[in-house]
Amino acid sequence: MEYVIEMLNIRKEFPGIVANDNVTLQLKKGEIHALLGENGAGKSTLMNVLFGLYQPEQGEIRVKGKPVHITSPNVANDLGIGMVHQHFMLVDPFTVTENIILGKEPANAGKINLKDASKKVRELSVKYHLSVDPDAKIADISVGMQQRVEILKTLYRGADILIFDEPTAVLTPQEIKELIAIMKALIKEGKSIILITHKLKEIMEVCDRVTVIRKGRGIDTLDVRDTNPNELASLMVGRDVVFKTEKIEAKPTDIVLEVKNIEVKDSRGISAVKNLSLSVRAGEIIGIAGVDGNGQSELIEALTGLRKISAGTIKLNGKELQNQRPRKVTESGVGHIPEDRHKHGLVLDYSIGENIVLQTYYQEPYSKKGVLNSKKIFEKARKIIKEYDVRTPSEYTPARSLSGGNQQKAIIGREVDRNPDLLIAAQPTRGLDVGAIEFIHKRLIEQRDTGKAILLISFELDEIMNVSDKIAVIYEGEIVAIVDPKKATEQELGLLMAGSKRAEAGDKSNV
Amino acid sequence: MSKYLSKLTIPLLAVMLGLIAGSIIMLISGYDPIAGYGVMLDGIIGEQYYIGESLRTIITYVLAGLAVAFAFRTGLFNIGVEGQLIVGWLAAVWVGVAFELPKFIHLPLAIVAGALAGALWAFIPGYLKAKFRVHEVIVSIMLNYTALYVTNYLINDILTDKKDRTERIADSASLSSPFLQSLTDYSRLHWGIVIAIICIIIMWFILEKTKMGFELKAVGFNQHASEYAGMSVNKNIILSMVISGVFAGLAGVMEGLGTFGYAAIKGGFTGMGFDGIAVALLGANTAIGVALAAILFGGLKAGALNMPLQIGIPSEIVDIIIALIIFFVAASYFIRWLAQRFNQKGVK
Repeated sequence: MEYVIEMLNIRKEFPGIVANDNVTLQLKKGEIHALLGENGAGKSTLMNVLFGLYQPEQGEIRVKGKPVHITSPNVANDLGIGMVHQHFMLVDPFTVTENIILGKEPANAGKINLKDASKKVRELSVKYHLSVDPDAKIADISVGMQQRVEILKTLYRGADILIFDEPTAVLTPQEIKELIAIMKALIKEGKSIILITHKLKEIMEVCDRVTVIRKGRGIDTLDVRDTNPNELASLMVGRDVVFKTEKIEAKPTDIVLEVKNIEVKDSRGISAVKNLSLSVRAGEIIGIAGVDGNGQSELIEALTGLRKISAGTIKLNGKELQNQRPRKVTESGVGHIPEDRHKHGLVLDYSIGENIVLQTYYQEPYSKKGVLNSKKIFEKARKIIKEYDVRTPSEYTPARSLSGGNQQKAIIGREVDRNPDLLIAAQPTRGLDVGAIEFIHKRLIEQRDTGKAILLISFELDEIMNVSDKIAVIYEGEIVAIVDPKKATEQELGLLMAGSKRAEAGDKSNV
Repeated sequence: MSKYLSKLTIPLLAVMLGLIAGSIIMLISGYDPIAGYGVMLDGIIGEQYYIGESLRTIITYVLAGLAVAFAFRTGLFNIGVEGQLIVGWLAAVWVGVAFELPKFIHLPLAIVAGALAGALWAFIPGYLKAKFRVHEVIVSIMLNYTALYVTNYLINDILTDKKDRTERIADSASLSSPFLQSLTDYSRLHWGIVIAIICIIIMWFILEKTKMGFELKAVGFNQHASEYAGMSVNKNIILSMVISGVFAGLAGVMEGLGTFGYAAIKGGFTGMGFDGIAVALLGANTAIGVALAAILFGGLKAGALNMPLQIGIPSEIVDIIIALIIFFVAASYFIRWLAQRFNQKGVK
């Protein structure tokens, strides 16, 4: 079978690093080809080379056998290459059609012919089973729908080769299923797809072949039929990866966190957490499972002092701690790995070193009489960088330039190093690859084994099932059930998270 | 090393482009740019007197620039430096006129009064931002006008009997220095130069070396993360404005106790507070950068005075050149692009 795209021995350098070194990727017509690699392995760079955003230093690109020079995204478009970006490039107040024709407006003497465009969009939508309303405003449609608009955009521009950049990262499980169906439909119509991902499950499900890159180098291209997730994971990370985190039986002791009948209002003044009670003992991990938006964020904010509670009590080691300032909460022995590491976890413009003392900078030895002690600060930073395997050129590097996984390692290092009695981990592995996830899960369990109380909040069921000693299911701001992860199945949890079986919920108070 | 070099390249290129554009304008207007710049340079460093006057101008620019830069570094835009400067000026002169005290008490008292007045004037937008999230730009712009008219009223109706300027300050409150004057052929150079240098060091020290600076910058960069880390966002917003206001007030003190020795009714703004924005921008908001940019600005402004006198080039031309420099700095994206093209060509 002929290749529609061949990227042969591509090398791309940036000042100081080689992002792609001798990478070869060949896409057959009518296949879904996965590009697999850890965060920072060079997947995006390679695709940006294909899309004309970067020029390679070495190597050759051929489209349908002919060598080409892709000097800009416009050239890529003309060659029939379209990219569905991870972060959508859409204008919110515009309609679907307006977004799709943006930059290629079918104009007649300066007047845009929206009607024709809208008709064409509708035809495309029907042909590929996208069911997008061409006249809806972007702001009014769901994230999954917005992604389809991105797909339509490439189709409208006549793309035969579609690049999907981590398309499932923003989707719900239902939307992921639909997207997979769409991708299969596209293949049937003769399109070819490159799927950038680090999710092995998806590759096994939809892809025909997979090219693995690691640290910028092309490792191998395999038929998905002949491989398995374990092999792919070890190819990607460069060593064997354990999916099921090894852990010994929990030995819970004293109650560290005790939450009683709390109510928390969200920013609009509506109760997001209602009459919620929960306790976490030293030496155990309680996982909170739930669909996004069921009060998890408000609960975390209340526990960490970022949001006031309107009723109830929060006790840490027997002392009341509700409605205290974040600093007081931190000093009382709470560590917090925040949900949104860019918004809450890091000052991205600060160096990694400065971020490591973000909560402790005012204490000795980091500052004395109001004057910072840079030597001590960066000494500490070096220690954490080493212990937590944070890959950074130096402790002076701005946090912004680190990959997500390394940013997260730095945050975890910072929080754990403060030696808190209670560690709240909110979505600690969001957006990370298997290697980093494994590392973080190990660290959480390690902390449990040293007698810390850990509260894990996650939307990933796998994570909750894997790491927790007990699972508390949250639905509409209430804990509706406490289950044993060894006995529960995913289906059961899914039903509980969706609000059914509520009446049978176990005894809430003895958690 | 190369990092610092590239930091300097863009402002330097901007200055060069500004000067080139300025000479084109001089040519179009029928003046000889070489003679024009020659006279200007002469007016900056040609004589001891000119050096003294240039330095005196630079002092005020340093402080106004520091005021804007400090706020910028902590995520705030203090466009009210002009007003804070005006109230600082009057407060210092008021203390200078109203009391008779030994110099070692009177002078510091007058300086502190000016600084506090500036701080108070900046506290208002800071407080409103912290408390009600009112944008500091709007409040501080309006407070510029308030400062202008309130001080005019005070001078006209309270401090004097319908005169257009206050009495001269007592010698015990004056910054003027016979020693520095004698060094510079009786220019108006005054001891404020010491204050400016101290302030440059203070700004650098606060921002780079203290726990306070760590918090201020963190809040400027990311309020959410700062709050999460236990810092008080509101306290830091107010503190940032107040420190900025102290610098601005001191800029006014330089004029009141140093250059003039009195405060006069103003028909409009002094412009120095607004020029401070350009100084801060050109100096990349660092203490040392502000010092360098103030030297450039103060020099150009002082040298410009010589151009109409000696060869009849209107001083507005200098204002245009300065404006062009600011324009090119603001358009640093363009210059970066230009520099890149240049580099690429060099490689090939």
